[in-house]
Amino acid sequence: MSFVFSRFAPLLLVFCLCAMALATPVRAALTIEITGGAEGAQPIAIVPFGWDGPAAPPADLAGIVSADLYRSGEFAPMPEKNMVSRPHEGSQINFADWRAVGVPNLVIGKLRASGSGYVAQFQLFDVFKGEQLAGYSIASSEQDLRRTAHQISDIIYEKLTGQPGAFATRIAYVTEVRGANAKSRYSLWVADADGYNPVAILNSAQPLMSPAWSPDGTRLAYVSFERRRPEVYVQEIATRHRELVASHPGINSAPAWSPDGTRLALVLSKDGNPDVYILSMRNKSLFRVTDSPAIDTEPGWSPDGNSLVFTSDRGGRPQLYRVSAGGGKPQRLTFEGDYNAHGVFSPDGRSLVMVTGESNRFRIAVQDLSTGAQRIVTDTRLDESPSFAPNGAIIVYATEVNNRGVLAMVSVDGRVRQRVTQTEGNAREPAWGPRTNRIKP
Amino acid sequence: MKMYAKLLVSIAPVVLIVGCTTTPKVAEKSAPVEERAAPVASAPSAATLAPAGSSGVEVLAAPDKGGFKGDPLNDPASLLSKRVVFFEFDSSEIKDDARPVIEAHAAYLAERPKVSITLEGHADERGSREYNLALGERRAKAVQQLMQLKGASSKQLDVVSFGEEHPIALGHDESDWAQNRRVELVYPK
Repeated sequence: MSFVFSRFAPLLLVFCLCAMALATPVRAALTIEITGGAEGAQPIAIVPFGWDGPAAPPADLAGIVSADLYRSGEFAPMPEKNMVSRPHEGSQINFADWRAVGVPNLVIGKLRASGSGYVAQFQLFDVFKGEQLAGYSIASSEQDLRRTAHQISDIIYEKLTGQPGAFATRIAYVTEVRGANAKSRYSLWVADADGYNPVAILNSAQPLMSPAWSPDGTRLAYVSFERRRPEVYVQEIATRHRELVASHPGINSAPAWSPDGTRLALVLSKDGNPDVYILSMRNKSLFRVTDSPAIDTEPGWSPDGNSLVFTSDRGGRPQLYRVSAGGGKPQRLTFEGDYNAHGVFSPDGRSLVMVTGESNRFRIAVQDLSTGAQRIVTDTRLDESPSFAPNGAIIVYATEVNNRGVLAMVSVDGRVRQRVTQTEGNAREPAWGPRTNRIKP
Repeated sequence: MKMYAKLLVSIAPVVLIVGCTTTPKVAEKSAPVEERAAPVASAPSAATLAPAGSSGVEVLAAPDKGGFKGDPLNDPASLLSKRVVFFEFDSSEIKDDARPVIEAHAAYLAERPKVSITLEGHADERGSREYNLALGERRAKAVQQLMQLKGASSKQLDVVSFGEEHPIALGHDESDWAQNRRVELVYPK
């Protein structure tokens, strides 16, 4: 047990999945399947965790970790039946066995009851060197066990790839379910990044748009048509408390939180046509950022909070521009094609993801900001609403497949593709939440 | 029974347009779209509905040659019966065939300063939702502008955009998109 560090058990008690308290029945579950790009993934063995309780273990942690790592496209977890042995302790490992089957990395672990909850412990090994790369012991309540497994996935992913994982995060999205009478029901959902634990935080008879996470992951800003016009609300995810923050004449839309969480960039057409404004969440003062007779919309903050990317058709067609958060003259960023919209900065600020359109095909593209080179990363035709995972490795977006609105994911290099299927209705407007509980390996 | 069927056929297009254009005013009220469509659908008909008898007699009426009597808004032969105008992709330019319709409504409103309508702007699903919301507003404002030019007052013309959120046609091809790129002129019930 000398391998295992126990450094953050108290931290974990702080974030329970409070949203569960909303007690919306679990439906519209998402299923995520990998549809391309798993070739060349690195083998890894994740041995089913030990459990000495009388009944079945409360969660299959190794199964959740395997599914996470598999979906990333970077790893090919070994099927359980091919495992030569099932160690739960470092001392039980015979590295030669694992070397013989060509698995470079091995994960073992145990789950045990502790007080009213559980303690999950795991170790990651380099099989060829016979060395431990990481080892943790994590306290967890029963309802947080999935999240604990995702944190284990994050640690393994970061240790082996050098970049942080984004498994222990959540995604917000909107669904539309059309009734038999052609009336639609709209819902705003929050689910784990692997599609589990979906919770509806708002249901409406009118459209919902543009969910945006506060940087601390506690609130969502969104557009609701519940009063027959687009207005912006901010809702606390755990408490249901919500506030109407923009209801000027005309359009109130496209909310985006500043990285420090104190301001909301949004779009208002109260002064004649859509322009970008910044609303202070402290004193509700409004600052006008853009002022053109064209459409200016979809502001997105640079990670340093100093500038905004936005869509404008001031040049005749929608293109992306960048403007200082203090206003001033915008600079055009996109020049390829007739249609570039919905720009979002990557977490490192070096690239932009966007919707790019050419002759009836609207796909997701990533543009390198230093070279200006644009690369299309999807191959569907009605793609929209791209959102970066907080580690910048994966983009979630909405598309249409077989006459149905669905979510999909693609790695930033376009190699790994995942399709997300919900049980009913059309899904759209995904927004990947922040990582609020990172354990640095 | 047969008679009802005929009547239904003749009013079907009206129901179709109005049915899709109107959505509940307030979420809490949640009035179904069908309900709002009903008054418009039953109001116009020059045809008179005879009691459905068992005699097998079908009583029909032809439109009065002397012209439609009553509110011209309800005259199926009038341009005022057209309540939707369409646009090209990523454009808010009013097409030539839409102009007479918009002008007819403007003239109607100019004579009735107490009547006000809502101009609902819509877009097809292509591209980004937020840009489409802005585009829908620009289309509605283009209609508003022309109507003001033709005598309606700005107070009579409320503008709202639904972007791509309320499509009429649910398919994913140009024939569907063409129906969804529109401004609807919505009169109060």
